[in-house]
Amino acid sequence: MELLVASAIGILTSAGLYMVMRLRTFPVIIGVSLLTYAVNVFLFASGRLTIGAPPILNDAGTYTDPLPQALVLTAIVISFGMTAVVVMMALGSYLGADDDHVNDPAPESPQRPEEGDAA
Amino acid sequence: MSHWIILPIVLPAILAPFLVLAARHHFGIQRALSTAGVLALIALTTGLAWQAADGTVTIYQLGDWAAPFGIVLVADRLSTMMVLLTAVLSLFVLLYAIGSKWDARGRNFHALFQFQLMGIMGAFLTGDLFNLFVFFEVLLIASYGLMIHSGGVVRLRAGVQYVLFNLLGSTLFLFALGALYAETGTLNMADLAVRVAQIDVGSSVGIRVAAVLLILVFAIKAAIVPLHFWLPSSYAEAPGPVAALFAIMTKVGAYAIIRVYTLIFPPNLDVTAGLHDFWLLPAALASISIGMIGVLAARHLDRLVAYSVIGSMGMVMIATALFTAEGIAAALYYIMHSTLAAAALFLIADLVRTGRDDLELRAQPPVSGAALTAGMFFVGAIAVVGLPPLSGFTGKLLILDAAVQSPLVVWIWTVVLGTSLISLVGFSRAGSVIFWKAEASPHPEDAERAPAPGALAYTAVGGLLAMLIALTVFAGPAHRYTTAISTQLFSPAPYIDRVLDTKGKLSDPAEGH
Repeated sequence: MELLVASAIGILTSAGLYMVMRLRTFPVIIGVSLLTYAVNVFLFASGRLTIGAPPILNDAGTYTDPLPQALVLTAIVISFGMTAVVVMMALGSYLGADDDHVNDPAPESPQRPEEGDAA
Repeated sequence: MSHWIILPIVLPAILAPFLVLAARHHFGIQRALSTAGVLALIALTTGLAWQAADGTVTIYQLGDWAAPFGIVLVADRLSTMMVLLTAVLSLFVLLYAIGSKWDARGRNFHALFQFQLMGIMGAFLTGDLFNLFVFFEVLLIASYGLMIHSGGVVRLRAGVQYVLFNLLGSTLFLFALGALYAETGTLNMADLAVRVAQIDVGSSVGIRVAAVLLILVFAIKAAIVPLHFWLPSSYAEAPGPVAALFAIMTKVGAYAIIRVYTLIFPPNLDVTAGLHDFWLLPAALASISIGMIGVLAARHLDRLVAYSVIGSMGMVMIATALFTAEGIAAALYYIMHSTLAAAALFLIADLVRTGRDDLELRAQPPVSGAALTAGMFFVGAIAVVGLPPLSGFTGKLLILDAAVQSPLVVWIWTVVLGTSLISLVGFSRAGSVIFWKAEASPHPEDAERAPAPGALAYTAVGGLLAMLIALTVFAGPAHRYTTAISTQLFSPAPYIDRVLDTKGKLSDPAEGH
């Protein structure tokens, strides 16, 4: 179980990082989503791995740490909202510029005319 | 329990939706309410700072839950100084936005502005690391809206970079929090301070990883080299007043570093030995170098100011990375100075934009109201570069003085003085090209001159410069206060006791926390 969770986090993180380095908005957004999945699983694991126990104190005595679950819930909501924002902004930027690269445009591009004319 | 502490967060949080819902058709009412809100914030935060000035640590238990389990807000000298600084800065920025009519160029500027203030205030006041993450997100999501305010392709494009970089930073923050929670089982700062001190050096791998991850996150926020790549584009393309408000956002990162690495991972802790002097100090030296070289290399005025922000963050971090009482005191003085100075320069860059095609550093016909703008640029540039007589000079002297005890003193003095010279050259060149050479270039006959910015805009910039002058004149009291702050930071026992020993719902009256 530990191996499974740890490798899941590792694979998600490395896949996410690989996608982030693609420098075009869509793969980068997918990459960021993968990273947030990885971090959500990681947050779960931070409260120790327990199977079949409720996140609440009870008479049976076995319980799983409830706090990471609350943290994960918050993190999911926030990352979901942020992803929605970045999708809209990337879409606007792509439709406006007809270019979906994340990095700055090259200096020769039309937005920066008369380069080399600077004082 | 007094409810004053939470008011700086609650007030903008209520005002913002009210502005959207009730005042959306009446721009004048929006402006009046927003200004009134900021004025009330100044009153509130002055009260808090006054309350904390004698060293009292006030806490607020949300929902009356006691500290390690519930979330607390803590107002000590450091956080109240930062909220007061934010409130003062936001007043001038808001006045400028109204005076230059930036707020009317898009929708919901005032609501987003209030949400932004709410996030910043919360980040400064919270005493819980996960809550700090949440407030970071609140201030970030408001800043996304402000950053692309009034639109345009270039701005959207810079905005996408900014959002993506911050999303990655947030993910990293969560990884850090997960690692920290896995090691200690708590995220309350005071509780963490107690538990981290008990960790055995032999089994400290996890906590070391957490400490390093955390400093990376805050370094992203503070734009410390090599994590500064998000800053130049996003600050340069953001609307002028928004960039000026963002001057406080890099300081949120600096604040978090100062708070966490004096309270939870203090410099004498074996677990994180080497993190401050071996990693943070060289990074700070690199920041100031790259920032100031960027000032010299910039071809556009807005980028030049953005790079000067990186440089001034490097300066703050040099003083912080010393982690001595004198170092932190100097850093806090420099934080006050550089926030006001950077904001003033962003606003001046925006004044220059009025009546020019772009902000490229080449001679163009004189801008409207050029004489006054040029004078303000002169004062602002003196402050940022750190020439006498303004507070940048005092701040740099304090930092150089604090660095004398450090083993890297030769490096620090060389880099600080060298980069000051470089930035001096950069700013003089920019000023002479924009304001002086402009007089020589003829004004086209048929072109209409854009109207000069309104008096309110000049008043706002003048107000910021007046604050800088006040900071210079009262450098003695200001430095005594920052010294008092750093003394409080280096003896955190009262803070920890206050947070952990205050009774709440879950406390058993018989046995303390």
